[in-house]
Amino acid sequence: MGVTGKVVRYEVRNVLRGKVLLGYGVFFFATTLGLVRLGGGVQRALPSLANVVLLAVPLVCLLVATVFLYDGRAFTELLLSHPVGRRDLFRGLYLGLALPLSAMFLLGVGIPLVVLGGVGVASGPAALLLGSGVLLTAVFTAIGFVVAFSVGDAARGLATALVIWLGLTLVYDGVVLIASHSLAAYPLERPMLVAMVLNPVDLARVGILMAVDASALLGYTGAVFEDFFGGVWGLVAAAGSLLAWVAFPYAVALRRFRRMDF
Amino acid sequence: MTGTGERGLLHRVDRLPGERPVWVRAQDIGKRFGPLQVLRDVDVCFRPGRVTAVLGPNGAGKTTLLKMILGLVRPDEGRIMLGGATVNGDAEYRRDIGYMPQLPRFPENLTGWELAAMLDDVRGFDGRPDESLVDAFGLRAEMDKPFRTLSGGNRQKLNASLALRYGSRVLVLDEPTAGLDPLAARVLKARVRSERDRGCTVLLTSHDLGQLQALADDVVFLLDGVVRFEGEVGDLLSATREGDLEAAIARLILDGFRRGGGEEVA
Repeated sequence: MGVTGKVVRYEVRNVLRGKVLLGYGVFFFATTLGLVRLGGGVQRALPSLANVVLLAVPLVCLLVATVFLYDGRAFTELLLSHPVGRRDLFRGLYLGLALPLSAMFLLGVGIPLVVLGGVGVASGPAALLLGSGVLLTAVFTAIGFVVAFSVGDAARGLATALVIWLGLTLVYDGVVLIASHSLAAYPLERPMLVAMVLNPVDLARVGILMAVDASALLGYTGAVFEDFFGGVWGLVAAAGSLLAWVAFPYAVALRRFRRMDF
Repeated sequence: MTGTGERGLLHRVDRLPGERPVWVRAQDIGKRFGPLQVLRDVDVCFRPGRVTAVLGPNGAGKTTLLKMILGLVRPDEGRIMLGGATVNGDAEYRRDIGYMPQLPRFPENLTGWELAAMLDDVRGFDGRPDESLVDAFGLRAEMDKPFRTLSGGNRQKLNASLALRYGSRVLVLDEPTAGLDPLAARVLKARVRSERDRGCTVLLTSHDLGQLQALADDVVFLLDGVVRFEGEVGDLLSATREGDLEAAIARLILDGFRRGGGEEVA
């Protein structure tokens, strides 16, 4: 096994020893179970579930990534004083967090959906929800790495992570809505499209909600996006943009990590 | 200045017995942390079969220089060379280095043995690790306890044992005897001496100059990131006309401040 694999193994073991990840899985399990039971079926629970996922996944991934990285600074430094390359170590740290976070999400949401709904029921939209959640996990873990390796002090790092979360999940759509409202006289489709691609949460929202056919919940940018692309192409474009949203922060964080002083 | 360093080095290396000697060179090093110039034009050699003490007041840049040799801190200018090869981001060269950090902050939940096993694993080390220091410290009973429950002294013993575990040919020891009781400090010093005698390149820092006098062969004296003296301990004593290392270093610090270190002092 390469160095990356070994680091992943130690990191996963370390992460799972903390109870945070377990709680994360249980939270999704309980929420999914509750929504499906109360909402009357998988199909009808999906939009609400999607909104929970869109808020909770970015928040938890950002916080867990930053907290574990600040906490693990000593571990990182220890490994770097041995023949462990920074690129390998970075990859190991990233996968060591992104994999267990994804797994907890998949198990927490997936198990109740499959058990209650059966594999066949709403498998398309449900699969999309699970896929988007995993992509969001990858995106926000990477953003957490950027924060942890850019802001020296843990308290300020956590505050930065929270501001990013608030900005992308809550403030962003509000600002876009106000902008579109005050500029209603102009053709805004393209700017709106750009605005949406610039926000990974919006991208994931479109992906999920277009599939469950709940356009009313799309928000303004999503509605434009559906008009513009519609159907499969919209999904492909959203997924591609989300992948870019993984790659970009990953590259930025790696660059910072390779130049960091310990 | 570069020339003389090189000549002295080759002279020494030729006489070394045993294993392939690895000398360490910090060449024209400059480093800033924000507005603070931590190291400036540092050009020093650390020779195999010698114990070199890196000395200087707090904040002189000692730890930064040691960490730079480990690759933990990147130089803004200059380069680090190990055994004739420039260190450039490749991690393999660290296989030659045993590092004892100033404050060991190992994963809290791991026991000494788990930590050792993890490092063996990460290094891909399948030889027989050197555990003689664990025995010499009488540390075996503590090796099954989680790191967080160890006392400061035992943490430092574990730290030293891990640094010397792989028979590295370069040892970088940052305040190795800090926190050790006199007995353990004696054990460690004896070990450092025997490592030197088998041809290791040993770099260390310490605040306890009295202890160092018996251990160090060479001295690199840093003041505000500048090398103010580099040479053998005997040369330092005769240059400063002092009787022991502590007095000599005190003189160097005073001289440094007097010699237009004004802006740094403020």
